[in-house]
Amino acid sequence: MPQILSAFGSGLLFGHGLIVSQMVNPAKVLGFLDVFGHWDPSLALVMGGAVAVSALGTLIARRRGVPVLASRLEIPSRRDLDPRLIGGAALFGLGWGLIGLCPGPALVGLTFGPTGVFVFVAAMILGMAIFRLVPADWPQVTFRREASRVDG
Amino acid sequence: MEHFTPISALIGGLLIGASAALLLVLNGRIAGISGILGGLVPPERGQARWRLAFLAGMFIAPLVYVGFGGILPTVVVDAPLPMLVVAGLIVGFGTRLGSGCTSGHGVCGIGRGSPRSLVATAVFLTVAVATVFVTRHVIGM
Repeated sequence: MPQILSAFGSGLLFGHGLIVSQMVNPAKVLGFLDVFGHWDPSLALVMGGAVAVSALGTLIARRRGVPVLASRLEIPSRRDLDPRLIGGAALFGLGWGLIGLCPGPALVGLTFGPTGVFVFVAAMILGMAIFRLVPADWPQVTFRREASRVDG
Repeated sequence: MEHFTPISALIGGLLIGASAALLLVLNGRIAGISGILGGLVPPERGQARWRLAFLAGMFIAPLVYVGFGGILPTVVVDAPLPMLVVAGLIVGFGTRLGSGCTSGHGVCGIGRGSPRSLVATAVFLTVAVATVFVTRHVIGM
């Protein structure tokens, strides 16, 4: 139960951050991404502030070794770069640039934004469901096939 | 530069960072929204409750903000329906394939100095900037 409450509190804080910084407004986000137009650098300060405090949190969490309410830290440890990471980030960047919505602001804007946000979120959840159909080793599998053809 | 809002941007950023720090120090979890939501599609056993609680907090945030006298920013979505569907699909699929979005890679990952997150953030920022450049200044949408 304490973990449920802390997760709720964390979500509440996250939502407030997105509202206060106006990141919930896709027009504001597109203003930041429009580097070659009337550039609005606000989002850089959102990112900067968020990264600074998140770095502090990571430092505290790692020093403690174990979380206050859970049995272990679930921190990703991979350091390699792979086609899934790069391809996924590129796809996300394309969708983000088209509308100005990323997952967090889309979810927060769901309750008070226009119906367009709802359409976006529904499609986003469908996209996440489609991802479940992708084999765990895709797209690396094509590389391996090509490699074996060369060897053989 | 006329729309630059440095103070509210910084305060908002600090709140987002505090949320990520809290979830990591208390629950040992990364506050990546695409990961938290994606873990519910379909729900993983034993992991659904904290994810739902986090999302509930996000949904209630606008109500609490208004309750304390805040004025919600206007959400302007200026795109045709088919484009919203396509963008939503690739954001959902792409964030899962790439293991994160602005929060998971951009805020949490860079915050702990993850090379994967640094590269992912550089890639999605570059592609997003290029996309806006093409749609606004080349095609003129």
